[in-house]
Amino acid sequence: MADFEVPPLADDIDTAAPPALAPNAMAHLKTFPAAPAHNEALGFPGQLVENWQERAIEKMGELLEKYRSLRVYLDSCVKCGACADKCHYFLGTGDPKNMPVARQDLLRSVYRYYFTPAGKLLGRLAGARKLTEAVLQEWYTYYHQCSQCRRCSVFCPYGIDTAEISMAAREIMDHIGLGQKYSNEIIGKVHKIGNNLGLPEPALANTLEGLEEDVLDATGVNVKFPLNVKGAEVLLVTPSADFFAEPHVDGLIGYAKVFHQAGVSWTLSSHASEAANFAMFIGSYDQMHKVANRIRQAAIDLGVKRIVFGECGHAWRVAYSFLNTLAGPWDFLDPRYPRPQHILEFTHDLMMRGGIRFDKDANAGMVVTMHDSCNVARASGMGDRPGGQFVIPREVIKACVPKFVDMHPDTIHEKTFCCGGGGGLLTDDLMELRVKGAKPRMDALKQVVERDGVTNMVAICAICKSQFTKVMPKYGFDMGMVTSLHQLVSRAIRLGPGA
Amino acid sequence: MSQLSLTMAVVLVLAAAILVVGMARKIWLYAVTPAPLRIPTTPAPFTRTGAAFRVGREVMLFESLFKADKLLWVFSVLFHLGLLLVLVRHLRYFLPHAPEALVLIQPFGKLGGIAMVVGLLGLLARRVILPRIRYITSATDIGTLLLLIAIGASGLTMTYFIHTDIMGLKAFLASIPQFDLQPIPDDAPLVTHLLLVAGLLMITPFSKLLHMAGVFFSPTRNQCDDARTRRHVAPWARPYDQQR
Repeated sequence: MADFEVPPLADDIDTAAPPALAPNAMAHLKTFPAAPAHNEALGFPGQLVENWQERAIEKMGELLEKYRSLRVYLDSCVKCGACADKCHYFLGTGDPKNMPVARQDLLRSVYRYYFTPAGKLLGRLAGARKLTEAVLQEWYTYYHQCSQCRRCSVFCPYGIDTAEISMAAREIMDHIGLGQKYSNEIIGKVHKIGNNLGLPEPALANTLEGLEEDVLDATGVNVKFPLNVKGAEVLLVTPSADFFAEPHVDGLIGYAKVFHQAGVSWTLSSHASEAANFAMFIGSYDQMHKVANRIRQAAIDLGVKRIVFGECGHAWRVAYSFLNTLAGPWDFLDPRYPRPQHILEFTHDLMMRGGIRFDKDANAGMVVTMHDSCNVARASGMGDRPGGQFVIPREVIKACVPKFVDMHPDTIHEKTFCCGGGGGLLTDDLMELRVKGAKPRMDALKQVVERDGVTNMVAICAICKSQFTKVMPKYGFDMGMVTSLHQLVSRAIRLGPGA
Repeated sequence: MSQLSLTMAVVLVLAAAILVVGMARKIWLYAVTPAPLRIPTTPAPFTRTGAAFRVGREVMLFESLFKADKLLWVFSVLFHLGLLLVLVRHLRYFLPHAPEALVLIQPFGKLGGIAMVVGLLGLLARRVILPRIRYITSATDIGTLLLLIAIGASGLTMTYFIHTDIMGLKAFLASIPQFDLQPIPDDAPLVTHLLLVAGLLMITPFSKLLHMAGVFFSPTRNQCDDARTRRHVAPWARPYDQQR
């Protein structure tokens, strides 16, 4: 890994100016391409095909017919620049090609050349370019420097969503044999073993047994972590990082305690031992459909009545916005809970009905803030009204801790910044991008640490948690500050009869 | 009938035809292209009515742009609102008898012309001065602005300095659909103005001016947040349901 400088944090987030343009500052950083085996496992060509140029244009034409978003967004941009300073990767790197509009233009220019009269006629004057080797390399570089967090789309006067463009670009590249190692390898593991980490059933069973012993030792309560239990009421689908990574696993313990105290029978599935659906990152409907339907299959096989998702951002986007379309209808579930739910909806509902109670003293001394995960904040929801994804987690946190403060209003709710590792970029070969892309969030965190003495930052996404744990130390923060929401629940929940 | 009148009539009719056919084609394409997955930028309204209001706010108030950049919002509103007033004011050149209301708004229409040009100059200045915006600006972006400025300037010239024979223009325009062409007033500002407008109409379906249609078809704005309760299987995605 090349050396790079960690950008200095802003002294005052309110007056901080966007960085000066640093052309090609990130041109050197290319994520590792997938090996032929990883591409072929997903039905893509192993390596760059002979007539890649022709095939790429053909694929682009196909996507234009399949996705209204792509067609409308490639036409509608007026280059106003409203999005230019909204992307965390631009703010952290200064590379102008990390401005959303410029990132879109990498594809738009090729669209104009092959699909519009203006581009055919005027060429460069109309911002049109031929798809050359250099352009393809630029696509590969910069469409793997977009975390598909959609912050730009919040500010765009036409709602143009760069995520849609970067998904299309990755889909095109996969179809000519230029896949990304990280995402494609992981999707392959999901098909083969059932989860992103390649954790086979015996290892998973072993891990869960260990957790049962740990919780029994710590609390004296026999909290179960069931696996593949037929006839359980709830199927929990959670990111596989929850099985052992810190602080994820503390969240999983929290879910188990909530189920235990609610007296609800539940189970994990080894067939669907993964909530994540990385196929979204590569824009593949086909792959996303396959990965999503594992969950449907597991729910049917185990005969569960409810499906609940653990803390994971993009998984919740897929579960909330896509799963009914991809893997529904859910007519076999309990009609009172006819759709997959978020664990926070489950916990919050129980808390409101008095089914669980919390002891804030268990989290004494904590001053907690919350990082809204991009896919939860801008691409999904929670509860029964718009914006529930902001209210419900905060209400649960506030019930569990003595003090909660929010970060700067321009960095929370739908304006939240990406952690810097989403969208299939949570890989060590992109560490420079991940560190720099975390800067806007770190700026906001620094402000509340200095002003309010914040001790913990809650995240409700496995990628956010892994990313922050890795990059926060580079900015001088303790990685222990990163906290699962259900980790707070786990500590505060009163267990046992009469609790 | 002069050569000029005939040429101008042909250019104007051709421009209008290109605009109408070109935009209709694009709108048709936008409408028939499926949106296979729900992607509203959330929080989003749960109902279609709510989503329609959201699009309405984008079109009329530039809601998202306001969140993004206040100065850009001011320039954009000056230009677009100015243009709207100008267009309404121009109706009197096409209607045989201008209704009362149309007569009353004439002074606002004139102000609109000024606002429009001021807004455009602001937008142009951004493109030249701000490094980020300069970076994303191409020749056609500048060209479109200059075209609009020239249209506004030539119009204002006629409003305030070199008045044209407005009754003559009205007679000329009214005569086009009759195939009995009346002469167009032969003065430079008018002919320039009309040629520039014709140019603008012709490039609209092929340029970024398509945003005026795109804004209504943007899935992140016009979709309601109902994917949890309704399935949205695109026609091309239907076979997938059989595969599982």
